[in-house]
Amino acid sequence: MSANTGALWEHYENLEQQHEANVLGMWVFLATELLIFGALFTGYAAYRAQGDYSASFEHASSKLNLGIGAVNTVVLLTSSLTMALAVRAARLGRRRALVVLLLLTALFGTVFMGFKAVEYYEDYEKKLVPGLAFDPEEWRHGPVKPGPVQLFLMFYYVMTGLHAVHLTLGIAIMLTLAVMAGRGSFSPRWYAPVDIWGLYWHFVDVVWIFLLPLLYLIGTHGKF
Amino acid sequence: MAERVSSPTTYYAVFGALIALTALTVGVSLLNLGPWHTAVGLAIATTKALLVALFFMHLLHGSRLAWVALAVGVFWLGILMVLTLADYLTRPWLYN
Amino acid sequence: MSIITSPFRPQGIALAPAPGPGRRPVHYLNAAYGVRSWLLTTDHKRIALLYLVSLTLMFIIGGLAATLIRLDLLTPSNKMMHADTYNKMFSAHGIIMIFFFLVAAIPAVFGNFFLPMMIGARDLAFPRLNLASWYVYVAGAVMILWVIFGGGVDTGWTFYTPYSSKSSHTQVLPTLVAAVLAGFSSVFTALNLIVTTHRLRAPGMTWFRLPLFVWSMYATSFIVLLATPVLAMALILVGVERACGVGIFDPALGGDPVLFQHLFWFYSHPAVYIMVLPAMGVVSEIIPCFARKNVFGYGFIAFSSIGIAVVGFLVWAHHMFVAGISVYAALIFSLLSYLVAVPSAIKVFNWTATLYRGSVSLQTPMLCCLGFIGLFTMGGLTGLFLAALAVDVHVHDTYFVIAHFHFIMVGGTVMAYMGALHYWWPKMTGRMYPEGLGRIAAVIIFVGFILTFLPQFVLGYLGMPRRYHFYAPEFQVLNVLSTAGASILAVGYALPLTYLLWSLRWGEKAGPNPWNATGLEWQTPSPPPPHNFAETPVVTCGPYEYTLQEEAASVG
Repeated sequence: MSANTGALWEHYENLEQQHEANVLGMWVFLATELLIFGALFTGYAAYRAQGDYSASFEHASSKLNLGIGAVNTVVLLTSSLTMALAVRAARLGRRRALVVLLLLTALFGTVFMGFKAVEYYEDYEKKLVPGLAFDPEEWRHGPVKPGPVQLFLMFYYVMTGLHAVHLTLGIAIMLTLAVMAGRGSFSPRWYAPVDIWGLYWHFVDVVWIFLLPLLYLIGTHGKF
Repeated sequence: MAERVSSPTTYYAVFGALIALTALTVGVSLLNLGPWHTAVGLAIATTKALLVALFFMHLLHGSRLAWVALAVGVFWLGILMVLTLADYLTRPWLYN
Repeated sequence: MSIITSPFRPQGIALAPAPGPGRRPVHYLNAAYGVRSWLLTTDHKRIALLYLVSLTLMFIIGGLAATLIRLDLLTPSNKMMHADTYNKMFSAHGIIMIFFFLVAAIPAVFGNFFLPMMIGARDLAFPRLNLASWYVYVAGAVMILWVIFGGGVDTGWTFYTPYSSKSSHTQVLPTLVAAVLAGFSSVFTALNLIVTTHRLRAPGMTWFRLPLFVWSMYATSFIVLLATPVLAMALILVGVERACGVGIFDPALGGDPVLFQHLFWFYSHPAVYIMVLPAMGVVSEIIPCFARKNVFGYGFIAFSSIGIAVVGFLVWAHHMFVAGISVYAALIFSLLSYLVAVPSAIKVFNWTATLYRGSVSLQTPMLCCLGFIGLFTMGGLTGLFLAALAVDVHVHDTYFVIAHFHFIMVGGTVMAYMGALHYWWPKMTGRMYPEGLGRIAAVIIFVGFILTFLPQFVLGYLGMPRRYHFYAPEFQVLNVLSTAGASILAVGYALPLTYLLWSLRWGEKAGPNPWNATGLEWQTPSPPPPHNFAETPVVTCGPYEYTLQEEAASVG
């Protein structure tokens, strides 16, 4: 129902209108994604706003692997660069460049996931997983209490976990787009799928941009 | 589709800025800023997000409706946060 | 190519080619046959019918649960079912009716079917996403039915923690999945409706020439898109807490169960506007048609839809006045809750003004809408009682609240749904329903409804709590009245189910415009051809031209 020259649906006047509708659709979808992650940020903010939780939150945060967090940020930003360049290549009709850039984007995403897996495993070894590997007594000193520490860690896992799910979906989509691009499905007249899934990819990057300071950087002062 | 094609230089420049800001946010977090940590971290993150949105996501030269969709999403998240925090932040007023 | 020149639309609309002698006209129902042509369709009209069938089924099941509840409440100390079973009954009733009927009912059936036609488009912006939304809905529906018939869930449709996340031994996790699926389905539909309204309007169809139904679909979709993701997250977090044994709402960890309530009601309050705004849109279409008069205050009605959508997001904690939130926050939410009544009231004034000095004819759609206006007004006004902090402390979690929201949801939305069903039935099916039976059904529903729910205001005020399977003996008379009303209501709903199905085979064939209504959807044959319009219409006038019509008729 939508091969390349058959990409135009009957109810659209032309490909441009269809492209614009697709782009608007993706932006509206990203607004909903903003709210779904936003609910998590809200919960996090609600707890952090309660004065006596900050110490526990910051202490727990300081145990996370900042090195991997920072490296992963760079990896994801690089993937956004390759994605932006990929959309540009699509618009200019450069098929080989498009395929390569899409594959690179997927590659960087996979590298991120690899580091994430290593990091999760390390978190498990360091007994930072409530319910699975966690010793409440480790976290009972001064203003730090095991309860809020576990709250922070739950937010950490759910936020990065949800992000990882989105990233994995993104990688799968990038690979699919690369295959389609290789087959010549896109042209300067029709490259909307690359455009819109690029928007999705950048959004996933933006989420991580906010996760970095809120999860990794609240307990770092005086660390080194 | 009617938007101009950005030159790759723009993208590389934005990328450079993003990396620099990442280094900045990590570096700043090592300093002792007291209560200002979160604000500074969020400010830098917002700047990075804006760079991604304006340039990588083509908001700068794109359709206005996309702007509106994003702005509405952000504003509504603001409503959720502000009114929820209105509860949490004013609860201690009663205890004192 | 045949062109019809309608008296109210000078430029004429091109229809599909007239069939040759002996050939049946091709419309969306007979354009293709076979199960695959239905299950793999991308035609918004077919998808609307798929939804109609599934929604009707869910309504019946939800109604069965209500029947069992009302039967149990005939006597003060229940002999009919175990307390746990009663909990599962009201949970099933709420979950099904809200997540699997009311949220989707008007948007997924009439929004899907008529929004494209009303704006002069040939389909929705994303036809495959439309089909996907139905499949996701069905997946959720199958899941919830599997839960209900396989043991049930007893948390209530509100899933309050820590009961739902820690203590309940019923099938909470699959229920959460089902609810999230239903939510995603509604998000896909809403996304489609919004993008379609922005990008697929026919030439000349400016925003202020849009039918008010489209405005209300837009406002509804706006709410769905911004509220549902927050609910999804709230439910996912409960699921995580349940699955992992550790969560963020757990008081033992310093967590706050009320945080769940904030996230839950951030969706669930706007959700009631998701459920009522489409109904208001339907009323705005039907009233002008059957009063033969242009709607009074088009701009006011259009903007009040947006106003309801926006202000509706600012009031959610009025469900939490007694949950332990800060009293200062409660004050803010109480004041905002008074504010949100204003745009709804504006609509009621405008509909009334439309009726005034109109040439009113009392066909079934009109009867349903008149019922809507009366019952919605009563329900809405009782909402103001609840917005008052001091009153709410007294009547929270009593039958007063139940009566309030049933007046709006059933007296309002379901009546409007019935009105829409009858109004657009000839267009969707090409058949007329028997008008006499329709009017009788509308009256029976109205009478049955009042008898069911009016006593519940009194019960609640007198102190009968909700979600209890037993009650103090002095409440029995009112409960019996209520159950009697419910049985009448059931007859009222059973009637259309039978005669509408009957009409599919034996109903009188309908022409393109049996009501002499204005609007692009009435400029097509009944049933419409697969792509609605052979040529994209060009719009040069507003959506309601009844007054001009009457003037032309009286002069000529």
